[in-house]
Amino acid sequence: MPSLGADMDAGTLRAWRRGPGDEVVRGDIIAEVETDKGIVEVEVYASGVVERLLVEPGTKVPVGTPLALIRAASEQTTPRVAIEKPRIATSVRSSTPSARKLARERDLDLSHLRGTGRHGSITRSDVAAIAGSVELAGVHEPAGTRLRASPLARARAAVLGVDLRRVEPTGRQGVVIAADVDRAAKAPTRLSAAEAGTQTGMRKAIAAAMARSKREIPHYYALHTIDMEPALEWLRDRNGERPVQRRLLPAVLFLRAVVLAIRDFPELNAHCDGGRAEPSEAVHLGVAVSLRGGGLVAPAILHAERLNIDQLMSEFQDLVLRARAGQLRASEMSSPTITVTSLGERGVEAVLPVIVPPQVAIVGFGAIQTRPYVVDEKVVARRLVVASLAADHRVSDGHRGGKFLAAIASRLKEPKEP
Amino acid sequence: MTAATATYREAVRSGIRRAIQQDTRVFLMGEDVGRYGGAFAVSAGLLEELGPERIRDTPLSESAFVGAGVGAALGGMRPIVEVMTVNFSLLAIDQLVNSAAALRHMSGGQLSVPLVVRMATGAGRQLAAQHSHSFENWYAHVPGLKVLAPGTVQDARDCVLAAVDDPDPVIVFEHQLLYNVQGTLDDDAPVADVWHAAVLETGTDLTLVTYGGSVPKALAAAAALRSEGINPEVVDLRCLRPLDWQTIIASVTRTHRMVVVDEGWKTGSLAGEIVAGVVDRGFYELDAAPERVCSVEVAVPYAKHLEDAVLPSVSRIVEAARKVMPRHG
Repeated sequence: MPSLGADMDAGTLRAWRRGPGDEVVRGDIIAEVETDKGIVEVEVYASGVVERLLVEPGTKVPVGTPLALIRAASEQTTPRVAIEKPRIATSVRSSTPSARKLARERDLDLSHLRGTGRHGSITRSDVAAIAGSVELAGVHEPAGTRLRASPLARARAAVLGVDLRRVEPTGRQGVVIAADVDRAAKAPTRLSAAEAGTQTGMRKAIAAAMARSKREIPHYYALHTIDMEPALEWLRDRNGERPVQRRLLPAVLFLRAVVLAIRDFPELNAHCDGGRAEPSEAVHLGVAVSLRGGGLVAPAILHAERLNIDQLMSEFQDLVLRARAGQLRASEMSSPTITVTSLGERGVEAVLPVIVPPQVAIVGFGAIQTRPYVVDEKVVARRLVVASLAADHRVSDGHRGGKFLAAIASRLKEPKEP
Repeated sequence: MTAATATYREAVRSGIRRAIQQDTRVFLMGEDVGRYGGAFAVSAGLLEELGPERIRDTPLSESAFVGAGVGAALGGMRPIVEVMTVNFSLLAIDQLVNSAAALRHMSGGQLSVPLVVRMATGAGRQLAAQHSHSFENWYAHVPGLKVLAPGTVQDARDCVLAAVDDPDPVIVFEHQLLYNVQGTLDDDAPVADVWHAAVLETGTDLTLVTYGGSVPKALAAAAALRSEGINPEVVDLRCLRPLDWQTIIASVTRTHRMVVVDEGWKTGSLAGEIVAGVVDRGFYELDAAPERVCSVEVAVPYAKHLEDAVLPSVSRIVEAARKVMPRHG
């Protein structure tokens, strides 16, 4: 419902002159609206096809209420363009002379400002309010629209994997300086609602990453069934000598096997940006952790290649605990070079995982299950696990991927210290 | 002789004496350098000591005697020409820019001009608008010239000796306010590498880059800053052309903050060039926008309090340093 006069608050739709499916061109008369001053013909402000009429004739609606949906020629599928208030309301929204004078002096654009005066008119105090916020920020743009960080802070944030938008600035004029980045990198930061809190925020983040992955990364998959008897026997012996709190979990055997095997497959321990893979010296091992409230995160155990199996175990437990408490560090979130997902607890036999961009590979492990297995021409009961690999076909081929899985299998068949 | 206390003036004189004694091609000439002993008494006593062949008074014509210096250098001599103050050098700038600086290029490398031109520079002695300029940047702008600006007593001697030793024209700027400054002079020490900057004090929080007459002010500001817990590094450029980027960038890489102190007017200043060069070469080392402390852009006033207000001062340097530091630093 357009504002057809400075004092108009609402209007009654009298008649539609066009209907669903009709093509309209900007300037066409689309409807008749009754105001206090009489019946006025309403022009359409966007060209396209009328998708849907939203208001029945005879209905009185406030200014700003969408009356119809029009699909623009450029929009193939989703009808988005509605007849909305800002186009006309902006042009006629009133402002006081002193407000306009102040706005001219401060070089401020009033067209997006919502007034607090009568009928939404913009007063001097409205302008002063935004002028104040602009002055506090020290720039002629609304506060908070642009991140201000020193060059050194930017360089350091890139190295440490710190999101500058989450850093509390202490520099002059609200500039993020290097010391702020250092502090943020050290401090365990509670993840924002978008990542750890609300379902929808996390869901959106997962949706965006996974959709991008499936859209951009040509995945290939490989599966390898691994006999877990030797590894589990080794684990039993090891754990027998240990107090409960220092016992190792089978999951850490998987992590350890991946870390050791990846050494010979540097192309799979990499980030791929713009089609070119950059192998990483360090193995920052991403671990998919499901959260109690739903959703999941895949933070990294940093420099897993430097850890022995006990250190890996304690880092893994610490990471899972902190992930579930929402206390991950920014560097852990942004740096995995390859990820492991283990769905064994859910009883699934095998998982065909989706690569987390910009990584190029992800390794999955199903449940360890007792199955018939042929050893020395005899069918015997053995505990088996299916290891799976999803990898970026732009970077590697199934031949290499298969060898990588075989390397993981051979590590698990001959577990050893450290 | 080992290290002893001397004035900057005595150190320059010592450099000139030694250069003349070491090499028969070297001589000093300029207005009143002989019988009068120099406008700033730098060459006092040298005429008696070294004789009129080597210490030569000239007519009051900068263009003529700087031109004569270019000619003598072309003819195989090693002249040291004293121009009373930098503002008078404007009368000889054609000789310096069009002849001295360009002849090696113009002759396809056949000619070299081993000329040294010393001149007093700077303000602070109530000599008013015509005798208080800092035009170091004008000469540092010119390819073919080298520019030295000693800020310490030892460098005052070493810059003369290094300049005389150079095969190309070198301009040496001696700040008027430094001549009476006392410091340590080791007359037996080998000539320092004055073609590169010196880190006079090491620090961690910011780099004060300066040269010439602003060096003592920067050191005093550094002491004041240290008393409030800010730890500055002081870099004395010494050579203004070519600039020693390696030392400047290495220091900014340690401190990530910079204040440049330069007595020249700010627009088109050496300070501006140093900021631009640091941005070119070390942008991602900067944790704050660099500050410049320069002279206020007016004709330098005669009145003492106004002159003080125009020039870089310890308090203005301290203020600029605080500005580049974080709020809770």
